[in-house]
Amino acid sequence: MKKNAKAVRYNKWGYIFLIPFMVVFVVFQLIPLVTTIYNGFFENYMTGLLQVGPNFVGLENYKKLFEGGDVWIYAKNTMIMWIMCFIPQIFLSLLLRAWFSDVQLKLRGSRFFKTVMYLPNLIMASAFAMLFFTLFSDNGPINSMLMQIGFIDTPYKFLSNAGSARGLIALMNCLMWFGNTTILLMAGMMGIDTSLFEAAEVDGATSTQVFFKITLPLLRPILVYVMITSLLGGLQLFDVPQILTNGTGDPMRSTMTLIMFLNKHLYSKNYGMAGALSVILFIISAILSFLVFKVTGNDKRKG
Amino acid sequence: MENQKKQKGMSIHARRMIAYIVLIVVSFFCLFWFYVLFINATRSNGELQKGFTLIPSSHLLTNWKNLVNGTLPIWFGMLNSIIVSSCSAVLCVYFSTMTAYAIHAYEFKLKKYIYPFILMIMMIPTQVTALGFVKLVSNMGLEDSLIPLIVPTIASPVVFFYIKQYMESSLPLSLIEAARIDGAGEFHTFNAIVLPLMKPAIAVQAIFTFVSSWNNYFTPALILHDDKKKTLPILIAQLRAADWLKFDMGQVYVMIAFSIFPVIIVYLILSKHIVQGVALGSVKG
Repeated sequence: MKKNAKAVRYNKWGYIFLIPFMVVFVVFQLIPLVTTIYNGFFENYMTGLLQVGPNFVGLENYKKLFEGGDVWIYAKNTMIMWIMCFIPQIFLSLLLRAWFSDVQLKLRGSRFFKTVMYLPNLIMASAFAMLFFTLFSDNGPINSMLMQIGFIDTPYKFLSNAGSARGLIALMNCLMWFGNTTILLMAGMMGIDTSLFEAAEVDGATSTQVFFKITLPLLRPILVYVMITSLLGGLQLFDVPQILTNGTGDPMRSTMTLIMFLNKHLYSKNYGMAGALSVILFIISAILSFLVFKVTGNDKRKG
Repeated sequence: MENQKKQKGMSIHARRMIAYIVLIVVSFFCLFWFYVLFINATRSNGELQKGFTLIPSSHLLTNWKNLVNGTLPIWFGMLNSIIVSSCSAVLCVYFSTMTAYAIHAYEFKLKKYIYPFILMIMMIPTQVTALGFVKLVSNMGLEDSLIPLIVPTIASPVVFFYIKQYMESSLPLSLIEAARIDGAGEFHTFNAIVLPLMKPAIAVQAIFTFVSSWNNYFTPALILHDDKKKTLPILIAQLRAADWLKFDMGQVYVMIAFSIFPVIIVYLILSKHIVQGVALGSVKG
């Protein structure tokens, strides 16, 4: 551009305007990150009233973390619940996206439906979990409803059963996120040339063919983006299972997630283990973020 | 059936019917829980024990009074939640716009490192730095204070990115140039010209920041211990941790309703902008 020469004396303002962001970032994110990593190398916890450490122990915390075996169980729980939530969610979102953007169908009230579907995303996850806890408790409304219509004779113990407890958590997360995913998929399609679809229609392609041969390949970058960000979100699964099970991860720790485990260590002030676990989670999310960056990076440069 | 039109798979009518049925079922699943919440909030504990019904009762006010006079400091909770969420929203959008402006309008040497850097830290979850954050906050003597929940939102890469995207499409650099020729200072230009132009993006992000801060449970629970400083999600967790069978269930439902209905009301008023905002920002790039 031609303004280059003049612009030079303004450029220091670029730095000045960046100061608040950078200062806050360094103080509240970077320093805590460094402290967290640092703490991972120390033995530092309470047994009863006795404070142990902080003593430098090298990688001992990491060894303990992986040899203890618990972390694998919680990682598995987190993954299972994420998959239980993600698969129905992505199917539903793809289906709804296809219907909403199908010009032949001419669905009415799509704004109303979109509004309703996005609503659960904004609800306080802890309140939503508390609501589900009361609704699905052994003598709660859902059980009495099921009994009133004669579907079951005795209350079904939703929260004492690994499958149904995980199912409830997945259901809640699915409800909270499918609307968002649908809107993202639709937005991702907006930039795509509609002439492709018109051409397919002229050639007499069925809607199933259009979906698999045109829509899906075009959607792939967005699908990958949605999947990785959803995985990142799944890794952070906390509020819902924490409130639903009161932090115990019951039944039999089958709904205990990695962040709940971290939260437990933070509460019991076992800073060594908390640090080691945080570093692991940081590395996993850094890899996932890097993938997101790679997938979308090329487009972002163009702005 | 008319077979001529049916060459393209299922007839359009049948497909439309299926689409509507699925949409209605899905919408039902989205709204059902909140309907039950509303109904149950109006029923007394005795009525709630008797079983489920779809008809509201008349005990909403009684439940509400019991809750207010009970042990949970809900007014403090509400007040703290409002303070944290609104301050976060204001600070976050103001400074994110400023950061976006710095990257958008100026050419400086470190820009080509700083911009990708901000994008890269965008996805790092706050939970992984929680340990260091809690230690820092207690070293600063800011435990039981709302400040550590508000100030960190100044550095919000996601909000920055959204506003940056919007700026690219609606803030021509020639306008800034014109302001300079008129002799306006850079800071003044930002406040008087850039901010008003960014209003649509700022509004959407202010809502999102407000809501996510309203709903945030993890960090506040680690920092706030004093009953009078707690935000609503912590009070909900407390309700869950209490021996809930002893509770009056009517009160529990009113408490849940109390903490989510403000967001529902705001959403119903602004839903059009919010849904559009999600569509505009997130992946498009």
